[in-house]
Amino acid sequence: MRMNWIRISGIVLRQMLLIRRSIHRIFELFYWVTLELFLWGFITIWLQGVADHDRHINFVLFLLGGLIFWDLFSRTQQTVATSFLEDVWSRNVVNIFAAPVSKGEFLTGLVIVSVIRGLIALGFVAILAFFLYHFRIWQVGFYFLPLVANLFVFGWALGFVIMGIIIRFGLSVEILAWSIPILIQPLSAVFYPVSILPDFLQRLAFLLPTTHMFEGMRQVLLRHTLPWENILWASLLNGVYFVFSVVFFGAMLRTAKRNGFLVRLSAE
Amino acid sequence: MSVLLEVAGLTKNYDHFTAVDHVSFSVAAGETVGLLGQNGAGKTTTLHMILDILEPTGGTIRVFGKSFARNREEILKKMNFAASYVSLPGNLTVFEDLLFFSLLYGEANGKEKIEELIALFGLPEFRNRKAGRLSSGEQTRLNLAKAFLNDPLLLLLDEPTASLDPVIARQVRGIIQERQRALGTAILWTSHNMREMETMCDRILFLHHGRIVAEGPPEELKTLKEKPDLEEVFISLASEPWE
Repeated sequence: MRMNWIRISGIVLRQMLLIRRSIHRIFELFYWVTLELFLWGFITIWLQGVADHDRHINFVLFLLGGLIFWDLFSRTQQTVATSFLEDVWSRNVVNIFAAPVSKGEFLTGLVIVSVIRGLIALGFVAILAFFLYHFRIWQVGFYFLPLVANLFVFGWALGFVIMGIIIRFGLSVEILAWSIPILIQPLSAVFYPVSILPDFLQRLAFLLPTTHMFEGMRQVLLRHTLPWENILWASLLNGVYFVFSVVFFGAMLRTAKRNGFLVRLSAE
Repeated sequence: MSVLLEVAGLTKNYDHFTAVDHVSFSVAAGETVGLLGQNGAGKTTTLHMILDILEPTGGTIRVFGKSFARNREEILKKMNFAASYVSLPGNLTVFEDLLFFSLLYGEANGKEKIEELIALFGLPEFRNRKAGRLSSGEQTRLNLAKAFLNDPLLLLLDEPTASLDPVIARQVRGIIQERQRALGTAILWTSHNMREMETMCDRILFLHHGRIVAEGPPEELKTLKEKPDLEEVFISLASEPWE
């Protein structure tokens, strides 16, 4: 059967119109590739440096540790944001906010779900990493507790902010639920020390609790000591961000109630 | 009869238009008040403001004699809502959805009530089916079952029978009336089904461009406008040049 180019042009046109009209679709064209270039570029620079000077470093330990704890953080944030998105997708938002549930109860419920899901996934991947690579996450025991706790808190804070943005701007920004962690990953020094980053990025990285946590993780894995300074900075920043995120979510909810965005969200 | 809902001077302005314009009315216990009007007249906007999911620009809303500002949870605990344009989570079963909302309304031991409502709204065969796989009529009945989970004293129904066939719609109206008599529920009801409004409502408020332009019992409105039925009253009121 001969292909009809008019029909094909219809399919192409529809997608091109969507791209032209949507900032996030244009943004997406460049977003992932840029961030992956940053991430893998810095990993390569670090590995090259270590290969030249510091051959005793255990890459497996660092890379797997980074991977496992990054997954815990991004899963926490995504659980919070996508749990809310599920209510939007199923047109259930009005039912939720017309029920006698306070803002605090709503957020606490999402926090508990994220902890349950995060710990189950962490336990599973820890066992898998042990059998596949003999990576024993539990060998450092309680040293990891403050790090894990801080990862959870930053995941919640980011999740609340993303929910607030979705309430205000609707489903056109739902991509944020998945893309924000990727944005901060290169700065968080997950797979390499923060010292690899250029100076101006190091200053930005300092403002992220995740940077302090992953720097701390490497200290725990390498020296088996508690990285007090990292924990202190991460906790301090997390305290500020968590309070900000709750206030931000409340402000977005009020704006959405005032401007009708909340009602419109259930019709999207 | 005690007044359960009092709305005074309720107004909602958006940038370029006024959706609801100084609307005032009240609904007493056991009473059903119908909101009628063309699309965009302000019916749903009024319901959303009463539900506290849309902030009014002006006016006051008092439910059970209290304002939402300091009594939101207390008020919503005794209120409920069903609309044709909202759904319950489609990835949960009928029973799970009702259990979820039963807990949201603070009913710790709601399982018995859930089973009762599943039977009442003709949903037993769908009890373990995911809500997303129900037909629109079945989903409507599920929404209504959810609306009665907390034995509401005030019930807001936005076109609740829109996707039901006439037989089921009549059954559902019967169930709502029976529950209303038992609980003394005040109901605010919107619909484009004029016969339904005539049958169900004690009073009708006719909204036009956000303002109440006529109100009264259906019979009174028919007499006033010298029309044989509510549909003719509707068309007549909607055609008048209100300013």
